[in-house]
Amino acid sequence: MKPFDFLQPATIDEALSAWTDGAAWLGGGTNLVDLMKTGAVQPDLVIDITRLPGLNAVEVLPDGTTRIGALVTNADLADHPEITARAPMVAEALLSGASGQLRNAATVAGNILQSPRDAFFAHQEPASDPLASAGSLSVLGAEGTATAVNPSDFCVPLVALDAVVELQGPDGPREIPLAGLHQLPGQGARTALRPGELILALRLPPEAAGFAANARYLKVRDRTSFAFAMASAAAALKIDGGRITAARLALGAVAPKPWRVAEAEEILTGQAPDPELFARAAGAALAGAVEIGGNGWKIDLARRTAARALAMAAAGTPARIPALPASPFGTTAGDHAHA
Amino acid sequence: MPDTTQPIRFGSNAGQPVSRRDGIAKVTGAAPFAADNQPDNLLHAVYAPAAIARGRVTHLDVAAARAHPGVTHVFTPANRPALEGDPDDKPTMFSFRVEVLQDDTVRYAGQPIALVLAETLEAAHEGVRLLAPRYDMEPSRVTLDDATPFDVEPGGFGRPAATVHGDVEAGHAAAARAIDVTYETAAQYHNAMETHAIVAQWDGDRLHLDVPTQALNISCAAYAAFFGIPAENVTISSPYLGGGFGSKAIPIGPNVLAILAARAMGRPVKLMLTRQQMFGPVGHRGATRQRLRLGTDAAGALTVIDHDGLSATSTFDDFMEPAANASQGLYAAGALRSTHRGVRLDIGTPGPMRAPGEASGSAALECALDEMAEAAGLDPLDFRLINYAETEPGTGKPYTSKALRECYAQGAERFGWAGRPLAPGQMRDEQGMLTGWGMGTALFPCPMFFAEARATLRPDGTALFETSAADMGQGAWTSLAQIAADSLGLPLEKVEFHAGHSSLPDGGVAGGSGHTATAGTALHTAGIDVVRQLGEIASADPDSPLHGAGNARFVAHDGRLWIEGDDQRSDAIEEIVMRAGGVEITGQGQGGRPQEVGETYAMNAHGAVFAEVKVDPDLGQVRVSRLVGAFAAGRIINPKLVESQLMGGMIWGLGFALHEKASHDPATGRILNADLAGYHVPVNADVQGLEVITVHEDDPHVNPLGIKGVGEIGIVGTVGAIGNAIWHATGKRIRHFPIGIPDLLG
Ligand SMILES: Cc1cc2nc3c(=O)[nH]c(=O)nc-3n(C[C@H](O)[C@H](O)[C@H](O)COP(=O)(O)OP(=O)(O)OC[C@H]3O[C@@H](n4cnc5c(N)ncnc54)[C@H](O)[C@@H]3O)c2cc1C
Repeated sequence: MKPFDFLQPATIDEALSAWTDGAAWLGGGTNLVDLMKTGAVQPDLVIDITRLPGLNAVEVLPDGTTRIGALVTNADLADHPEITARAPMVAEALLSGASGQLRNAATVAGNILQSPRDAFFAHQEPASDPLASAGSLSVLGAEGTATAVNPSDFCVPLVALDAVVELQGPDGPREIPLAGLHQLPGQGARTALRPGELILALRLPPEAAGFAANARYLKVRDRTSFAFAMASAAAALKIDGGRITAARLALGAVAPKPWRVAEAEEILTGQAPDPELFARAAGAALAGAVEIGGNGWKIDLARRTAARALAMAAAGTPARIPALPASPFGTTAGDHAHA
Repeated sequence: MPDTTQPIRFGSNAGQPVSRRDGIAKVTGAAPFAADNQPDNLLHAVYAPAAIARGRVTHLDVAAARAHPGVTHVFTPANRPALEGDPDDKPTMFSFRVEVLQDDTVRYAGQPIALVLAETLEAAHEGVRLLAPRYDMEPSRVTLDDATPFDVEPGGFGRPAATVHGDVEAGHAAAARAIDVTYETAAQYHNAMETHAIVAQWDGDRLHLDVPTQALNISCAAYAAFFGIPAENVTISSPYLGGGFGSKAIPIGPNVLAILAARAMGRPVKLMLTRQQMFGPVGHRGATRQRLRLGTDAAGALTVIDHDGLSATSTFDDFMEPAANASQGLYAAGALRSTHRGVRLDIGTPGPMRAPGEASGSAALECALDEMAEAAGLDPLDFRLINYAETEPGTGKPYTSKALRECYAQGAERFGWAGRPLAPGQMRDEQGMLTGWGMGTALFPCPMFFAEARATLRPDGTALFETSAADMGQGAWTSLAQIAADSLGLPLEKVEFHAGHSSLPDGGVAGGSGHTATAGTALHTAGIDVVRQLGEIASADPDSPLHGAGNARFVAHDGRLWIEGDDQRSDAIEEIVMRAGGVEITGQGQGGRPQEVGETYAMNAHGAVFAEVKVDPDLGQVRVSRLVGAFAAGRIINPKLVESQLMGGMIWGLGFALHEKASHDPATGRILNADLAGYHVPVNADVQGLEVITVHEDDPHVNPLGIKGVGEIGIVGTVGAIGNAIWHATGKRIRHFPIGIPDLLG
């Protein structure tokens, strides 16, 4: 790979002032280093942020907000009692992603900023269009262009729960909703991050915990574990007196960003949970989908996945995360032994 | 040639589930693999792979690569030093044309187009990137429909001949029921854990290679031919292989480039393929399209199996997957025809990949057979039993042994096949998953190659056994040592076993599921040669209880030499040797099969695989919840290793059925999923309820040890069993592999 300078700053200020054009932040490195090896990314300076203090905690603030440090590993977060209690579908999504070894290294910020699979090929000339096989092309939000889906599982329940991203950059701190972090084709860069900005934390608002009793993540794929989603859905409901009083639905692996569907949530709210309702909501969620490269099956699959995830959420969050997290084959009775 | 009339008794080592003798060395990292070698003054070589499948390289920025610190040299077609042997020729029977920068034409994605040498691996990789190749691209042909099929001209490796037995047209005409179905299998790429690697060192006109190879001595000859030196000037060390699967049986272009670079630079050179580079110049299982026309009479007896296979090969060499051959030798059809056609695509030349022909061919055949059973209204197992072959179909040859009926019975019993509803879509589990049961028959031939071995009995009572052929990771270090120890009646601890170096007696090829049989026979006969010499010494020695035994046959067990069939007279081996002055006794052995045996008999290992699958009725996701395989493969030397081999094969079958597939980018022709994140093989969570049964089988004819081989048969039958189970669960007959979610939705 292209030679680069390497820095390991000890403070956030040091890290921010080390930033120059052509630098890259290094978290767990499971995505960045792969891209450097294929030549798709060629930083001149790699700034290892894993030694920065204060970014490793999960805390519940007095108002009920859950604040998650950018450097918490995917494995630690999935096992954290505040997460399994307050946002179980976040833990389930994390545990359905990658493998144990990768989750031990991967960080919160690195996961939400991971590049789509097509990036691995992006450096190769001649570039081809589409770069990814049709199975990983977006059917929503891409206006029919060949655009790879966002591959993160973690982001799907996060966007459903209105997560907020805390940033610190050359122009000071700011925050943006996770829903605004990833951008669609035509909106400019792949993310809304400005050069030199560092993610410091994620926040789940206090309301998130209100969905904990009826929240599931479902991930469908050809291999039982260690594979990206072909379609996924995070569904969370508040059910009171036999009626859905609030609903959240987000889809994964269908769009260049984690795909929240307000229309579906409106359809669900106020209704009694039943399969016909879920099918209607799921239909609305995919209403604008456009097939590309022969991947019409993906639209069908995503609709079915959304409907099933809603049914699973309505059935209640299992006491423990199933042995096969987020799998249609996950039994609710399983041990907390992760695939 | 060994005496094949006398079956060998079970010794105290063979038949024991001995753990791998090399296991601890492997798990602690002490076992040296080729790329672990780090000679002084080493240069690292990395080649640039073509990013398109067809066209020409128009520009390489050699200056930029050379200017990179650490890069010492860049070879391109413009400056590549000459080879003495023509790379377009095939130096041995098991060779293909190799790509070694002959010209600027690109024939497939991943083809080497330049070689960069550097002081560090990182610099060599960066040099490759800086070459920034530009191409003149032509539309690539990467699917079976992209070119016109041709009839295979038979002859040699990879060019299977058509086989016809009986009157095929009459067989079609006589059918009361018939099916005509077409199945496809995807291109699959060998992905052994250890990618190809080589360390090449020249000393004058002598060449030493550390390189994993399944065929040491043949490889010496092949590499020698490219460099115009005698084969004896080449030594190869290959003590351990991290898997080969057929890919490491064939000389490959990148290795020739590394050797060439080492000679040109006057320094040792190391080259190791990246995972991405495994998808191109080192062979693969070519895609197939197979048409099967089957007919039965009113009672369900097959009147014909007519199997035509279309196999993808490269534009510049021939390896047609002999898929249609899978229909020969298995079911007692009135007429049998296997034909092969090829189609030339812009892909690397395919090659043998674990169970070549049988895996792809059986996948299609076993599903077609189920379709035929369904048409005849018969249970799939009953249908196979109706068509059970007592002698080899077509040839009428007797089998050396065939316990397939017992495989069916024991497998079905363990699986619980008896309760299976005939119609599909009848079973659901408590989670509401569609549940289906399917089965497939497995067959794999029992080839023997030729091998030599040496046994040395030392005065201290220990023995050394030597043969060159490598352990591919399957456990030969252990099972061959067990065979060797038994030939001298020694406990395993007293036997030292050397393999994996070309200076040892030629051990032949570790491939074709014939290694244990072939090298094992050579080791066994070497030991017997020592026993014979011990007998001569004892018989001539007045102080020996065996004095005057003359021409009797001797056997060794429990540290003593006995006259066969006489348990009264024996002598301690150590004392025989001591009285003779403490000499070392060396025996020579050979393993091979006398031609008459093959002419007289048909020989196969057999098996029956039963699968249960669960399919989500809405989402189409599949899980194989149970797999039971019962196999009859002659004598089992090491039940533990054999079970592992068979399990590994069945898991591969699961991957064939549900996962493995290389996807080409239509624009450039390159493989889009050329890494293990994108090219899927089963993970632990995919494998549940896996059971292996080995069915007892005594085979007095296949070879003196009665060994049939188990390396490949596990895949065969498994793919079809899973395809059939998916049909039984869903009612959907999917006629291609792998079967995926888009096939099963809704
Ligand atoms: C084989 C394989 C399978 C996988 N399967 C899945 C899967 O099934 N599901 C899934 O969701 N994911 C999967 N992944 C992706 C995995 O989740 C990511 O690689 C991982 O989460 C990235 O985290 P990291 O800390 O290693 O990121 P890094 O590689 O360190 O960084 C990723 C990106 O984020 C940037 N970055 C990191 N930290 C910060 C920060 N604090 N502020 C600003 N920018 C930052 C980096 O500069 C880089 O651009 C898989 C990965 C592999 C290799």
